[in-house]
Amino acid sequence: MATTYESPSEYIKHHLTFNVSQVGDSAFHLDSVVTSIILGIIGIGFMWLITRKATTGVPSKTQAFVELSIGFVNEQVKGMYHGTSKWVAPIALTVFVWTTLMNAMDFLPVDIMATIYGWFGIHQWRSVPTADVNTTFALALVVFGLMVLFGIKAKGLGGWTKELFVAPFGANPILWPFNFLFNLIEFISKPLSHSLRLYGNIYAGEIIFLLLGMWAASGLAGTIFSGVLNLGWAIFHILIVLLQAYIFMMLTIVYLAMAEESH
Amino acid sequence: MNINLTLIMQAVAFAAFIWFCARFIWPPLMKAIETRQKQIADGLAAGEEGRRELANAQKREAEIIAEAKARSAEIVAIGEKYKADAIDQAKVDAKVEADRIVAAAKAEIEQEVARAREQLRDSVADLAVAGATKILKRDVDRNVHAQLLAQLKSEL
Repeated sequence: MATTYESPSEYIKHHLTFNVSQVGDSAFHLDSVVTSIILGIIGIGFMWLITRKATTGVPSKTQAFVELSIGFVNEQVKGMYHGTSKWVAPIALTVFVWTTLMNAMDFLPVDIMATIYGWFGIHQWRSVPTADVNTTFALALVVFGLMVLFGIKAKGLGGWTKELFVAPFGANPILWPFNFLFNLIEFISKPLSHSLRLYGNIYAGEIIFLLLGMWAASGLAGTIFSGVLNLGWAIFHILIVLLQAYIFMMLTIVYLAMAEESH
Repeated sequence: MNINLTLIMQAVAFAAFIWFCARFIWPPLMKAIETRQKQIADGLAAGEEGRRELANAQKREAEIIAEAKARSAEIVAIGEKYKADAIDQAKVDAKVEADRIVAAAKAEIEQEVARAREQLRDSVADLAVAGATKILKRDVDRNVHAQLLAQLKSEL
């Protein structure tokens, strides 16, 4: 669908508007939720299909590819997490695969996708779920919840609560408020930095694609120039997409490993 | 940045994906990988074992060949000794036989000589008579000189 924009800011604003739906009184971003779940089903489902046909003999190329990813994640987990939980590695794998796919949606050209969505009568649809702070917060909060669970499981509820007050400065009762405050700040800062790092990088990437896309408004030369710049940014963005997914996964592993360790 | 219900939905989806991955993907694939690792390790060990057995077999083969060579050399030596012995024995036999033949020949020659001498003795009287007749230009009566002739005969 060909849309004409009054101004550059309107163009960007239009591309950054969520498709908002309602459940009762609560609003949610239909585009983020649907896209991320589809991508999750594609990524996890692909691995599941490979798993169902997995052989212990000579693996097919796709199985080798999936095993390569699993081996990569397993190496990272082994290097940082020394506990006994069987959950850390699958969590890391899920995080890595899912965030990579969601970040990779950034590669889809924004205006072509908008046109395609337009054919289906959809005029507001943001393709990149991780450029929605709700998504990254959701991921970080689940990881945070797992951190708390891991901590309680490793130290017991009493031990975990005690550690809130006696670590890291000491067990002296005068220090309890400071310990608690420190831990509180840590608990807030961890999911915040975890989620905002991913969100910020991917959101910024999307904005730059939009800014480069605006060159097309200045005629043919501008369009070609915009294409070249877009290509360059997209190639560089491959690094960011994978790096951010990798960092998100590493932080997940580190946080879970730290949660089990006693101070 | 507006936080809304999306957060909850995404969190639930994430949790579901984690559960699914941890339940249906990670364990079986990890098991497949580990089983294959074990198979490869076993295969390598078997290959190593085979190589070691081959080396042993080659060593044993060399030993057997060396032993066979030594044995054959021994047999050849024994054979050569037999041969030398047989030749020596043959030489001794031949010498004995030759001596025997020579001795027989000598005996025969002596016999011949004796016989010739006997014949000569028998005919010496006639020859003497004939000789004397020619010398005397007349007959010599053998009977008259029989004693003389017999004496001559015995002197021969």
